[in-house]
Amino acid sequence: MTVAPISDTRTPGPSAAREPHIVRVAQHTVEIVSDSGEGAQKCGQIFGRVSAMMGNGTWTVEIIPAEIQPPPRTPPSASGNRVRLGTRRVTNWGDEADLVVAFNEQVLLHRHRLGALREGCTILIENWWERHEDEAIRAAWAEAMQELDGHQYRFIKVPMEEQCLTVVDTPRRGKNMFVLGMLAWIYNRDRDKTRELIAHEFRKKAREILDANVALLDLGWQWAAEHLDFRVEVPIEAPTEPQVVMNGNQALAIGAIAAGMDLCSMYPITPATSASHYLSEIFEKYGGVVHQAEDEIAAIGVAVGASYAGKVAFTITSGPGLALKTEFIGLAVMTEVPLVIVDVQRGGPSTGLPTKVEQSDLLAVLFGQPGDAPKVVLAPATMEECFHVMTTARRLAEAFRTPVVVLSDANLATGVQPFPRPTVTSDAMAGALDLGPLGEGFRAYEWDAQTGLSRRSIPGQPGGEHTATGLSHDEHSRVGYSPDVHERGCAMRSRKFAVLQQSLRPPAVCGPEAGDLLVVGWGSTLGAIEEAAERARDEGLSVSTLHLRFLSPLEPGLREIFARFRTVMTIEINYSDDPQDPYITDENRRRGQLAWLLRAQTLVDVDCWTRVPGEPLRPGQLLEVMRRVARKGGVS
Amino acid sequence: MIDLGCSLLGSAADTERGWEFQDYQGPVARWCAGCGDHAVLAAVQRLLEAEQLAPERTVFVSGIGCSSRFPHYLKTYGFHGLHGRALPVATGVKLRRPDLHVFAVMGDGDCCSIGAGHWVHAVRYNPDIVAIMLDNGVYGLTKNQTSPTSPKGLKSNTAPRGAWLDAMNPIATTLGVANASFVAQTGDWVPEHIAATLRAAFHHRGFAFVRILQRCPQYTDQLFASALRDPSRVELLLHPDGIRAPAVERMVPNHREHDPSDLVAAFRLAQPDERIRLGLFYRNEHVPVYEQVRAVPPHTAEQRARLVNEELDAYAL
Ligand SMILES: Cc1ncc(C[n+]2csc(CCOP(=O)(O)OP(=O)(O)O)c2C)c(N)n1
Ligand code: SF4
Ligand SMILES: [Mg+2]
Repeated sequence: MTVAPISDTRTPGPSAAREPHIVRVAQHTVEIVSDSGEGAQKCGQIFGRVSAMMGNGTWTVEIIPAEIQPPPRTPPSASGNRVRLGTRRVTNWGDEADLVVAFNEQVLLHRHRLGALREGCTILIENWWERHEDEAIRAAWAEAMQELDGHQYRFIKVPMEEQCLTVVDTPRRGKNMFVLGMLAWIYNRDRDKTRELIAHEFRKKAREILDANVALLDLGWQWAAEHLDFRVEVPIEAPTEPQVVMNGNQALAIGAIAAGMDLCSMYPITPATSASHYLSEIFEKYGGVVHQAEDEIAAIGVAVGASYAGKVAFTITSGPGLALKTEFIGLAVMTEVPLVIVDVQRGGPSTGLPTKVEQSDLLAVLFGQPGDAPKVVLAPATMEECFHVMTTARRLAEAFRTPVVVLSDANLATGVQPFPRPTVTSDAMAGALDLGPLGEGFRAYEWDAQTGLSRRSIPGQPGGEHTATGLSHDEHSRVGYSPDVHERGCAMRSRKFAVLQQSLRPPAVCGPEAGDLLVVGWGSTLGAIEEAAERARDEGLSVSTLHLRFLSPLEPGLREIFARFRTVMTIEINYSDDPQDPYITDENRRRGQLAWLLRAQTLVDVDCWTRVPGEPLRPGQLLEVMRRVARKGGVS
Repeated sequence: MIDLGCSLLGSAADTERGWEFQDYQGPVARWCAGCGDHAVLAAVQRLLEAEQLAPERTVFVSGIGCSSRFPHYLKTYGFHGLHGRALPVATGVKLRRPDLHVFAVMGDGDCCSIGAGHWVHAVRYNPDIVAIMLDNGVYGLTKNQTSPTSPKGLKSNTAPRGAWLDAMNPIATTLGVANASFVAQTGDWVPEHIAATLRAAFHHRGFAFVRILQRCPQYTDQLFASALRDPSRVELLLHPDGIRAPAVERMVPNHREHDPSDLVAAFRLAQPDERIRLGLFYRNEHVPVYEQVRAVPPHTAEQRARLVNEELDAYAL
């Protein structure tokens, strides 16, 4: 434990002798990156969690390589976490990292090349490679350092391998706990809570394994205390109400149980799978079943069958799976079978970016089915909303006899954030169905002529016998091809969404009610957009925001709200043509998906700024856009 | 505040009322005159009556095709869904409502072509449903295209010079899938045999696959003509544990003793030769049934709420 860190000559080296300098900030962003399999993710998760437990605002996101085991010590192997800490609630992953812990120089390069590191950021890096016996590795190190040269990074070289070898034989497993110890010292994390979390993590492992990991944690703490010359303090203003902390997929899964779901019918696809893994673990305890079907078509087919038979079913997927489910979604619309479909969006088209965020399925969900297939589309914007949306979705599906699509995304799925603990009660749900006999003359679709609403009958219910059909049909579900029958069916299946729309409240505007710029968003971009707008207002700019949760039907009052702003634009993570690009004119420009929809629905000249970086948007980047537009009026 | 809607249904019991043939009768079937589907519909109605299945607890799920119009002509619950996708829907119904009597009706295109993946997997899941495949060797509804079961050389609108490939063998294919538990074949021209086959299928606990050779006078009128003209082209598979239809046994001279528990023999008999074999190829009552394998005890809303709160404890700060 006496090995002194070899400090870089470019920056003053840390000294153990002085009292550490305390950096006191309202928020700080740290990244932990290793080769895939070295456990940086576990380290980041525990660090994020202990920080949340202490009352800091946190937002934790995974840095995920595309392969399970990419070749080690290569940039694409970078795997880990970003944890953004704040005094107040943290709503997004922030801009660049302020502190990075890298297990080798190649994974560091990866983050550097992606622009994830702030100029001036502190880098704690494993120094093993610099002095490695393999000449090629030493050369790679030197080359990487050359590439990083010229940036204002402060390097602190840490003998992680060497230190860990004093406790374990194979530091490849264990370095992450040493790093956790370092971070715990830097940010002054509660050591007992950290140990508790480690104990929980290794509860299924042998006692010696737990002990070794705790020893590594203590070693990291001690090493940092002896060698580092700075600590970071993010003051804590703990929320008063009880909190839970989880990622969006966990929230969807528990939300599904709290919503009284009976069946999750799915086919594995990233980034939706972790929700079904989790449900597979616990659902049966609640009387629920996860059915892994032979493909996505069968997955939704089984859900449709169960729902038709009166059970509460949902299916969960991502873009390519959504494409396969299209025909069944149309059938559920036509037969008015309630159904919840969760789409955890990833980058597309085709296989696209399997692990990365995008908001590109909106129009596919709305218009992907042949024929007129209206339905409800909801987009949760936070982990908390991922939990609650399942109950809303179920309620709407049943009340309006309709499929309800929930659009989450990879950012929500893997991001971890604390939120107020939901109150779960067992109050019987309104309008629960029973199997009591139906009176003489019951019709399968007793459409109310005004609203298009009707009640359904369930197999087992005498008097309700009918054959549901995807063919055009009348109120008795009798097949009919006449203009009357088809036009009436289409009108009735559409009308109910106007009824729903009229029962919604106009969305809230965040910021001034009128002004220069209104930014409209949906889904996981909420935090970044609002943070950027707040910063813009701090600079004296007139920027307001509005975030939609209902995308079909759209929330009411939009046209009236839009009229109060000089410029209305959407910010989205999907593709749109840049007005500056060759050949792009105002006429042929392809716009963001929500912009497209809002223009069609409101006849307002809604502009857009969209990007498809395969990562969440950064508030700093959005601030620049807002500055430009609020000052000039117009994205271009 | 979240209301925990508990699962709304437990199970129902058949209402006892003395159901008659007419109680199952829907609107007049709109198949062509002479279409084999009519005979199957009548046989199914007789089965429902014989077994006294309450119409409200009986569900017919179908795909798309002439054959898939089937549920419309019955007065039970029905679900006329998508081309090829009857089996996932039927599996979904049975999985969470084992109290219902579930039948799936498909065409050969439905089952063996667009829905082939579901067919294979439904055999493996082995839900307790009766799956009826009405095999007319052609796409009827879309007006005469080649189907996977069209015999080689059969002319159609998509193979005007005759089908290029050997026909698929649905019996052998089903027998080859893990967990196959009931595989039988019958023909629309032997009503008594259809009835006996359906009865055995209904009483089988598991996925009962019944291929019914079905005449389509519109497009494949010659397909089973030789068997009709000359009963010696047919061979009945007989066994004390098999399917018995005495009148048909008197009419068809060729009888073959076949033990339906013998999978290897079943395979051999399923190989194409000059004879059409009707009867029970295979039955195994010991294959686990999917809805049973996946059965979970029901929970009250209170229990669920308590458990969800416990689960949330694990995430509490
Ligand atoms: C996805 C899809 N593809 C194609 C069709 C058109 N289609 C309807 S029925 C059918 C084939 C019907 O043949 P089969 O299943 O043998 O039933 P049959 O009409 O012979 O009873 C086809 C191709 C469809 N309805 N849906
Ligand atoms: S076309 Fe063939 S299968 Fe279809 S109804 Fe007519 S006879 Fe029956
Ligand atoms: Mg056919």
